[in-house]
Amino acid sequence: MDIFLQQIINGLVLGSIYALVALGYTMVYGILGLINFAHGEVVMIGALVSYSVMMVLVPSGLPPVLLALISVLVAAPVCMALAWAIERYAYRPLRHAPKLTPLISAIGVSILLQNLAMMIWGRGYHAFPDILPAIHFDIGGAQITLLQTVTIGLAAATMGILAWMIQRTSLGQAMRATAENPAIAELMGIPVNRIITLTFIIGAALAALAGLMVGANYSVAHYYMGFMLGLKAFTAAVLGGIGNITGAMLGGLLLGLIESLGAGYIEDLTGGILGSHYQDIFAFLVLIGVLVFRPGGLMGERVSERA
Amino acid sequence: MNSVLLRADNISKSFGGVQALKDVSLTLNKGEVYGLIGPNGAGKTTFFNCLTGLYVPDSGQFTFGDTPLISHAPDKTVRQGIARTFQNIRLFANMTALENVMVGRHARLRSNIVSDILRTPFNRREEQATEDMALQLLHYVGISARAHDLAKHLSYGDQRRLEIARALATNPRLLCLDEPAAGMNANETAGLRQLIEAIRADGISILLIEHDVQLVMGLCDRIAVLDYGELICEDVPAIVQQHPRVIEAYLGSGAHA
Repeated sequence: MDIFLQQIINGLVLGSIYALVALGYTMVYGILGLINFAHGEVVMIGALVSYSVMMVLVPSGLPPVLLALISVLVAAPVCMALAWAIERYAYRPLRHAPKLTPLISAIGVSILLQNLAMMIWGRGYHAFPDILPAIHFDIGGAQITLLQTVTIGLAAATMGILAWMIQRTSLGQAMRATAENPAIAELMGIPVNRIITLTFIIGAALAALAGLMVGANYSVAHYYMGFMLGLKAFTAAVLGGIGNITGAMLGGLLLGLIESLGAGYIEDLTGGILGSHYQDIFAFLVLIGVLVFRPGGLMGERVSERA
Repeated sequence: MNSVLLRADNISKSFGGVQALKDVSLTLNKGEVYGLIGPNGAGKTTFFNCLTGLYVPDSGQFTFGDTPLISHAPDKTVRQGIARTFQNIRLFANMTALENVMVGRHARLRSNIVSDILRTPFNRREEQATEDMALQLLHYVGISARAHDLAKHLSYGDQRRLEIARALATNPRLLCLDEPAAGMNANETAGLRQLIEAIRADGISILLIEHDVQLVMGLCDRIAVLDYGELICEDVPAIVQQHPRVIEAYLGSGAHA
């Protein structure tokens, strides 16, 4: 089996998920200049709600694919409502406060959601049922499962639709105009508050999908999963250039690949001192590297600190 | 007999200890080009900002047509038919010229989020119509060749024109231009003047802040003069030019002696 190719495939799966989550960070940052640190928790809620829905429906004997579909159709609205509430009550009252204030509010929301989830779902790890039959295809000595194929395909399709929406529809135009200058956008008759709410809601829908994908691919969901995932996706957004939509997609994929290849080779590289469970090192090495050498990210313009 | 389009009643606004506007009352008739002039810091832009909802006046009321304007709701003001440009150009720099104009159309779109996502036939037709209209407007202001260039890549004069096209896209009854000729050379100013006259001929009233005296005197039907936040004179150009307080405000009291 070809380790390199295999890790590329694994990296693409991981990267697709990172990209979906990173989009939520980057869209909100693009419009509000706010890092929504509660976004990882929205993914976690998405995963746990999906899990619960599936568990409730398993006895009905419905095909697993249908279970997954129903669960995401429930989880997405839950996450969207949650994101609406977070924006409305935790961020909007602080819209004109110093930048640090909403950031602290975001961390507060994040802790609150973790604890709520712990109260509802408990401290344990929840194992997702198998959504798709365990079929796999061989390509060049590596294997890709049906689930992985679907994950990558679905993420790509979702991102394609999002990119098209932002570039081509009047809604997307309104979002870009708001991101560039909210005051002027409002003068042009764009309901800026509604656009901001919508941005959060779209990000949350992507987060719900990502939550289901994490659960399905890695078979676990628990109340604390949003923390690390959120940090990684944030890293991906920074890597791509925070605020830049294409950058978030690219950053997510790249980070997934870096992590996956890193995990595959770290044992060889360190002579067996560090094992593959040290894979988290890579994401944060990337974060530090980007912040030091290219703070604007790969696709970002050179940002000057706005006073 | 002209009918009144905009009435300002006793508009006041102060910032800290500075009284930027003191009981300013004026009326603008339908179809007029109405000049608002005054030395720097006289309160002209503050008046614009109050009118377009960026500032809340401390007291006073604007009436537009028959309806009072809601203060501090720029998106509603624009829906009621008042559009503006800015002294320092404020385009969406990273969007194309065409997109800038299409954004201006937003206030008039009937599509909503749901139809946007579902791509209803109505939504598609409306989007196509918006694009056609935006192209026409670019043609109207004379920059259709630059439609697909990013706004930030346009020349200064073209950016000014683009701002006017974007404002026109909101389908205003009153167009407020804040120093549109600032930084323009004589040629560009002449072109701007033709454009403003064309807009008036199309039945849109214009409120114009401008420092170029020749342009103002030649173009405006009536002129209001502000000095230290107070309206000192409102009349036709010929009379405004002769008004002693206007001469004093512009040239200092010594000039009169």
